[in-house]
Amino acid sequence: MPAQVKGEVLSLRRIGAYNAMTVVAPGVAEVAKPGQFVTIAVGGPDTSMLMRRPFSIYQIRERGVYGGTVEFVFSIEGRGTRWLADRQPHEPIDIVGPLGKPFSLPREPATCVLVGGGYGTAPLFPLADALRARGCRVDFVIGAAREERLFGALDAKRISATLSVTTDDGSVGLRGRVSDALPEVLAVTKADVVYACGPMAMLRAVSRIADAAGIPCQIAVEELMACGVGVCMTCVLPVIGDDGETQMVRSCVDGPVFHGDRVRFDDIGTIPADVVGAPEPVQPTKATTATKRRKVAAAEAGR
Amino acid sequence: MSTTLTVRSGSPKQAATADVDMSTALGRFELPNPVLTASGCAAAGQELGQFFDVGALGGIVTKSIMLRPRSGRATPRMAETPSGMLNSIGLQGPGIEAFLEKDLPWLVDNGARAVVSIAGSTVEEYGKLATRLRDAGGASMIEVNISCPNVEDRGQVFACDARAAADVVQAVRRSTRAEVPVFAKLSPDVTDIVAIARACVDAGADGLSLTNTLLGIVIDTDTLRPVLAGVTGGVSGPAIRPIALRCVWQVHAALPEVPILGMGGIRTGLDALQFVLAGASAVSVGTETFHDPSAPVRVLRELQQALAVRGFERFSDAVGLAHGAHRQPGELAIDDTHHRAADTKANPR
Repeated sequence: MPAQVKGEVLSLRRIGAYNAMTVVAPGVAEVAKPGQFVTIAVGGPDTSMLMRRPFSIYQIRERGVYGGTVEFVFSIEGRGTRWLADRQPHEPIDIVGPLGKPFSLPREPATCVLVGGGYGTAPLFPLADALRARGCRVDFVIGAAREERLFGALDAKRISATLSVTTDDGSVGLRGRVSDALPEVLAVTKADVVYACGPMAMLRAVSRIADAAGIPCQIAVEELMACGVGVCMTCVLPVIGDDGETQMVRSCVDGPVFHGDRVRFDDIGTIPADVVGAPEPVQPTKATTATKRRKVAAAEAGR
Repeated sequence: MSTTLTVRSGSPKQAATADVDMSTALGRFELPNPVLTASGCAAAGQELGQFFDVGALGGIVTKSIMLRPRSGRATPRMAETPSGMLNSIGLQGPGIEAFLEKDLPWLVDNGARAVVSIAGSTVEEYGKLATRLRDAGGASMIEVNISCPNVEDRGQVFACDARAAADVVQAVRRSTRAEVPVFAKLSPDVTDIVAIARACVDAGADGLSLTNTLLGIVIDTDTLRPVLAGVTGGVSGPAIRPIALRCVWQVHAALPEVPILGMGGIRTGLDALQFVLAGASAVSVGTETFHDPSAPVRVLRELQQALAVRGFERFSDAVGLAHGAHRQPGELAIDDTHHRAADTKANPR
């Protein structure tokens, strides 16, 4: 169950092109699992920015000198993340978490390929730790637009059996996308399962490849959210349920981790016609019918 | 002073918060306190129940429920705006049957007073929803959402037309038990909100929820297109507070006997107090819940504190008080710095 905690900034550091903040958040850290996220209120008490910012959890320390901590990685994209980057140690920070469904772990030791795009690689590290603790083999495929946008290459190399790196501009590793490197990695490692986090286009490509190879794939999405706790219905995606029906489901509570083959990537940004509760096709006579019904109702009411 | 305000004049001590009687009423619905959630900002209570006791509030106003399951609009559905947000969810929901099976029993089992918001595309649908709710029981009040801007036929928002609004209210009132009040939720996007309010009351509304969002647009200057897939959306949050407050003020001035559930950008107890002073018998905390999931209970605590500091013994004494004779400049209900300091502390925002 998530908690809302008045946390405290423990530290801020730069990791390549990114920022990482560690927050003392007792009650959050102890129960956080890989793939879950936190939301942070930005801008201080009188902020005009009402939307909490969601961040995947990077590092979890259940116990520290000051209590449990969580670390998350962010990129300065706007006023909210700029404010976050300007915080100082010991400042208070309003944090809610852990939120969302975590990654599912294999019951038996398995070979796991972890695919990350940009700082989407961050939540794969606690996952890698959990997998290795279960005796799983971990292979990393990470990519970014260019070298400085890669996240965690050194750490990934240290804890993985193999590391494959791609950049769009070829500044380091293979020139291309993670999806260009993935098929070979899956074949060579004889992967049992794929985990991925990053931009939606990357998740779509990775899901396709895993699906084609017959390998189960879990993806963690990063959708726009207002509340992060399942109330607002902002972050919905068309996802096929166990019953075979497609529903617009909330990334924040039904995700952010989904089975890749259940997400209808091509339909994101639309309401597919076969989704549960989709609007009926508009009939040209609809307005007339509505007006008639109103008149009938008014007549019944004695007007 | 020419008001009916009960002031503990001369008392050097701050009134004890617990001494303020917070009970109120919305028609025949009696509430232990005047703070509720707002429709669409609390789902059906379970999610916020992780952060506070849903039974501790005056009531939980559910997301508007429709006859059938509904997928809502395409994404993106939300854009942050200065001190607010723009949303175009499109009333996504499970439909009345799933709501009655799962959501309403949960609220009742957890001690919440359920205010069920309903929305339909036709007068007939509203009537059917009310009938279904009457047969099921469990609702303490019905809020008739006739003002959602995110429906397909946007030109036909019921709350923008006095006759259409009245037709809906009448259909719901006729299908609802007498002891369950029917409140009409109105749009501020009208020329004369008092005319719409009057039409609803004449049609049998027991009270009014003021107000829903205002229609807005945000354009992405990189894509050069509207941010929302639905193009327009409803603006909510503190940005609309003065407008919503003005609506409460105008309606209370014209129809002082009609109870009002006030809402629109309430973040703090003092924001809530403004709505109460303008004439609201209770308030809903909406968008702020996205910023602070425990906001409704915090606002309740802050409102009670603010009333105590101003010497009120009963919440109900504050309702509509701002319509009384003008105070002299500098004449304050809180008359010394001790009180004001305490008040600032109670409402740090």
